[in-house]
Amino acid sequence: MTCDDVQHRRRKVIRMENAIDTGTTAWILISASLVLLMTPALALFYGGMTRSKSVLNMMMMSYGAMGVIGVIYVLWGWSMSYSSESVMGIFGNPFTHFGLADTITDSAGEYILSDGLPTVVDVGFQVTFAIITVALISGAIADRARFGTWLVFAGLWATFAYFPMAHMVWGGGLLSGDGPFASIAEPIDFAGGTVVHINAGVAALVLALILGVRKGFGKSPMRPHNLPLVMTGAGLLWFGWFGFNAGSAYAADGGAGLAWVNTTTATAAAMLGWLLVERLRDGHATSLGAASGIVAGLVAITPAAGDVSPLGAIPLGIIAGALSAMAVGLKYRFGYDDSLDVVGVHLVAGLWGTVALGFLATGSGLFYGGGLNQLWVQIIIALVAVVFSAVVTAVIALILKATMGWRIDSDVEVMGIDQGVHAESGYDFTGGSGRLASVGVASREALPGAEGPARSEGTTTDIDTTDTRETRS
Amino acid sequence: MKLITAVIKPHQLDEVKEALEAYGISGMTETEASGYGRQRGHSEVYRGAEYTVDFVPKVRLEVLVEDLDARSVVDVIVKAASTGRIGDGKVWVLPVEDVARVRTGEHGVAAI
Repeated sequence: MTCDDVQHRRRKVIRMENAIDTGTTAWILISASLVLLMTPALALFYGGMTRSKSVLNMMMMSYGAMGVIGVIYVLWGWSMSYSSESVMGIFGNPFTHFGLADTITDSAGEYILSDGLPTVVDVGFQVTFAIITVALISGAIADRARFGTWLVFAGLWATFAYFPMAHMVWGGGLLSGDGPFASIAEPIDFAGGTVVHINAGVAALVLALILGVRKGFGKSPMRPHNLPLVMTGAGLLWFGWFGFNAGSAYAADGGAGLAWVNTTTATAAAMLGWLLVERLRDGHATSLGAASGIVAGLVAITPAAGDVSPLGAIPLGIIAGALSAMAVGLKYRFGYDDSLDVVGVHLVAGLWGTVALGFLATGSGLFYGGGLNQLWVQIIIALVAVVFSAVVTAVIALILKATMGWRIDSDVEVMGIDQGVHAESGYDFTGGSGRLASVGVASREALPGAEGPARSEGTTTDIDTTDTRETRS
Repeated sequence: MKLITAVIKPHQLDEVKEALEAYGISGMTETEASGYGRQRGHSEVYRGAEYTVDFVPKVRLEVLVEDLDARSVVDVIVKAASTGRIGDGKVWVLPVEDVARVRTGEHGVAAI
């Protein structure tokens, strides 16, 4: 068993096959952990942006994605993404490495290495990308989606949209350096502009259209209930994104450092770009704008982190922030309820970052004397990602609409999905009231009206009151 | 006995509380409230979408006083709560039939 069985993302450093590179291995383990943190960070970012009656459901959609994808990835996700048995360059054979067969150790019991990195470490790194990508979509369907339908969607969408895209771009498929478009120029998607952000952004648009608008969309105020949560989430996303981008260098080296610096530079510039648009258009630079600009910048630099210079990352970021700031208002004009602007931020900035490489890629970009080839290839892979994600998402979402149903009851939506679907509320400022109705046997019937544990009221209470009065007076 | 209710700007609360303590008031109740009067609300912008927020944050302060003190206490509150700008709030007085102190069971003026 050699590393040839599994196609890998572009590696800058080629090492001897049978020697573990502990520096790279340590960095990828850390990066995987950083990227995993991005999903709870996204839950904070999204959760703060919803109304207080939906915060738990919003966060649960992210955590739900961790549950579903965390399991299916080791079953067939890895194999569909990186199996060398490619099906028409679109997805890997799910059975070659089903359950991580022939992935962890070889026949001699040694850990399988690829360029010095144990493949099982790469599995850990990759599963975190799959999780966050699915979780990103949930922002489009705030307040109104059945939780069970969301979990089933998460599994189906990862299987039919994410794993194939990962295969096409990073697993040696159609959109990779081994694909047909590579004859024009090698497509660049360093850490997931197409696979993650265009993919999730298009899925978000399709889901928003299929689910329909929330009650009161465009009329009632639906402002964020907790901006400090949003700011905390954006900061943690930035932190986790170092694993996403610098980890995608697949080495603890200067390339990772370049990705790190580009990530920070573009993100800082995007925050300024968004705030500038707000200041000029609305009169105020807002905290939500800063948090949103941060995410737009992180998205835009994702495909480009290893292939632009820090000076190129500045315009890339500023334009990403400004474009997204202008794009988030489109949903009101066109009437689709992309509740938390997954389209305006992830699709728009993802498209921009992917296409901008045609201009800014050091060496092959138009501004670096590389001609138009890189630009054409970047536009092609972006368009393929858009069409592929739109078709796959629409098919999955329409089947689920006809079978499980997407929307919660409208009276539950008005009351709040947290209470109606999860039987919880996000906040309790007064210490609560009521009583414990049952323990361990919380049947649906028992909770609202059931009798509590036997307690002799009446006399006991009266005596207590009398005692106190006598003592005190 | 009278119940004095004042709806004031949140950041004037400390000033009003200190003025009332200086006058000799020993206890009061404060509640976070929201409301609007002639100043109406204000507007907020979230990702380019402008919302009119009608109910702006206020504090509702409640004080129980003896009949004779009512007018002076209202004046103390009005003086301390005033910033001279719109949205300073309102103070009103209601008659109170009885008051009881929970700990001792005392009633009437003794319970204030």
